[in-house]
Amino acid sequence: MSRTREFLRRILPQLVTLAAVLGLIAAVYPGFFEVSMANGRLYGSLIDILNRGAPVALLAIGMTLVIATRGIDLSVGAIMAICGAVAAAAITSGLGLAAALGLALAAGLACGLWNGLLVVLFGIQPIVATLILMVAGRGIAQLVTEGAILTFTHEGLIFLGSGAVFGVPTPVLIWFAAGALALLVVRRTALGMLIEAVGINRRAGALAGVGAGALIVAVYMVSGLCAGMAGVIAAADIRGADANNAGLWLELDAILAVVIGGTSLLGGRFSIAASLIGAMIIQSVNTGILLSGFPPEFNLIIKAAIIIVILVLQSPRLRAGPRLRRPGGRVRGASAAEKKERVTS
Amino acid sequence: MLRKTFWGTAAFASLVLAAPSLAQTIGFSQIGSESGWRAAETTLTHQQAEERGIDLKFADAQQKQENQIKALRSFIAQGVDAILLAPVVATGWESVLEEAKEAEIPVVLLDRTVDAPEDLYLTAVTSDLVHEGNVAGQWLVDAVAGEPCNVVELQGTTGSSPAIDRKAGFEEAIAGHDNVKIIRSQTGDFTRTKGKEVMESFLKAEDGGRNICALYAHNDDMAVGAIQAIKEAGLKPGDDILVVSIDAVPDIFKAMAEGEANATVELTPNMAGPAFDALAAYMTNGTTPPKWIQTESKLYTQEDDPMAVYEQKKGLGY
Repeated sequence: MSRTREFLRRILPQLVTLAAVLGLIAAVYPGFFEVSMANGRLYGSLIDILNRGAPVALLAIGMTLVIATRGIDLSVGAIMAICGAVAAAAITSGLGLAAALGLALAAGLACGLWNGLLVVLFGIQPIVATLILMVAGRGIAQLVTEGAILTFTHEGLIFLGSGAVFGVPTPVLIWFAAGALALLVVRRTALGMLIEAVGINRRAGALAGVGAGALIVAVYMVSGLCAGMAGVIAAADIRGADANNAGLWLELDAILAVVIGGTSLLGGRFSIAASLIGAMIIQSVNTGILLSGFPPEFNLIIKAAIIIVILVLQSPRLRAGPRLRRPGGRVRGASAAEKKERVTS
Repeated sequence: MLRKTFWGTAAFASLVLAAPSLAQTIGFSQIGSESGWRAAETTLTHQQAEERGIDLKFADAQQKQENQIKALRSFIAQGVDAILLAPVVATGWESVLEEAKEAEIPVVLLDRTVDAPEDLYLTAVTSDLVHEGNVAGQWLVDAVAGEPCNVVELQGTTGSSPAIDRKAGFEEAIAGHDNVKIIRSQTGDFTRTKGKEVMESFLKAEDGGRNICALYAHNDDMAVGAIQAIKEAGLKPGDDILVVSIDAVPDIFKAMAEGEANATVELTPNMAGPAFDALAAYMTNGTTPPKWIQTESKLYTQEDDPMAVYEQKKGLGY
């Protein structure tokens, strides 16, 4: 019971933010919460948010684990492009759905393995190590698709992107399932704690008997796998693999989702559930902007403004605000608060 | 009018005339292969050169101006007869174009122009982006024939010149026809994914799409994405919602064959054909072409046997 309450307390700020963003959109666009059945599937803006947010949500699962080990994975957008291309190439060359999916996810795992080995074996900083694949990955994807948008008509593969089960779009089911599985694995076993231990202090973790190297490689592979699933969904959604644009800049949205979810970029404690809500907050902002009818020149400004507000409201410094105004030296007060913040986070 | 003596002298022209059937060597500096359209342009340039018996020297610049400048210098060193240049950026070409001019090698710009004095290049072969939007708008005005029509617009990448010009051209065409109104306009970044996502929100915001009569997309890829969104909302694209877009990539012809798209305006990837023709006329007769050769913005509709065009286009590398 207390565990559930602790969990709810952890994700409360994110839930409140999500509710506030949704409320804001509903104020601008009245029919926002309407959900109906059309064509045998749920139909409405809320469903769009869950559906369109699937790629970033999947990326955010892997990204949370990577960031918890004090790493970062910039290559997930490019891995999406590679895996979408592999799936499309496999299915158009006549392989079955299972083989195409297997190859695509294997490609994702291989990309993750490459990132993990660069970080662990060669000690390259994660931001640089994953930057390599971020740049090269689109080229690899283009080699697979031969520079064109590789379209396919295989109903099974298309179903993963735009089908529905009992009215719920398939991508939503996939990210819910992946999120629930990841949550179970890290919280019902010691794995989550081991990841946090490595993230807080890799050396201390290793000395305490945690196989830090293998664990770090594993989290990059999970990130690659999640990106692979996101890539297959993105390709299935448009019935084609677009090597140039699939997952473009989504690594940044995924990192943002993790940050909004309150996981520190310095590693350590993490919450997958909060990151997933973070992903939904980002998608709500995107969908809200599209519904609002503002000219497109304002899209990025509005998004940036909302994100700044969210991050400032979540900032621990702001919550520790009253202490800053203590008489007797603002600067000293601030640095004390900063120190305290570091200890508690 | 003063003719440029170093290019247009009778002596030079007759020199070329003396051996008209000799294989010409023409250098082509291509930007890279950032899109399917550009791949098709490269394929067609090779084809056109082969048809004319031209020895084409091809250089892929991988989106870098310094690579293009290097390629141009090497073409000049090899003493090619002419150079085709698809410039990656507009500025910074003066000095290398001067070198070509000193070597008496005519340069033809393909598909984009440069900020350089006009006498540094022979001519530029490009499409008129405003005109493309205009053709699309005119088609819609004719198609609805005075009936009221609410249009949603999928713009290209915000601030890019195709987005600005294709929007302006379309608006120009529908100006004065009060029955045709743009009710929503949003960017789809020229991609299928964003085209689909934005169309989904248009449909939600406009009474499940019942309020929308036509979709105008700045490129075919966004239209292809939007068509899927329309279908998933339970409406019939091409029927309940008219679909008109620009570029004429193969996949939109497939959609037209299935009755899901109505019209597209071609941005022809055959820029090299008119360029070679202009060069041939210039070299044999000394005819100086105009400084701008506008390619045709051809309108394709469902009546133009879209499946045949699809078959013809799909091998071009789009």
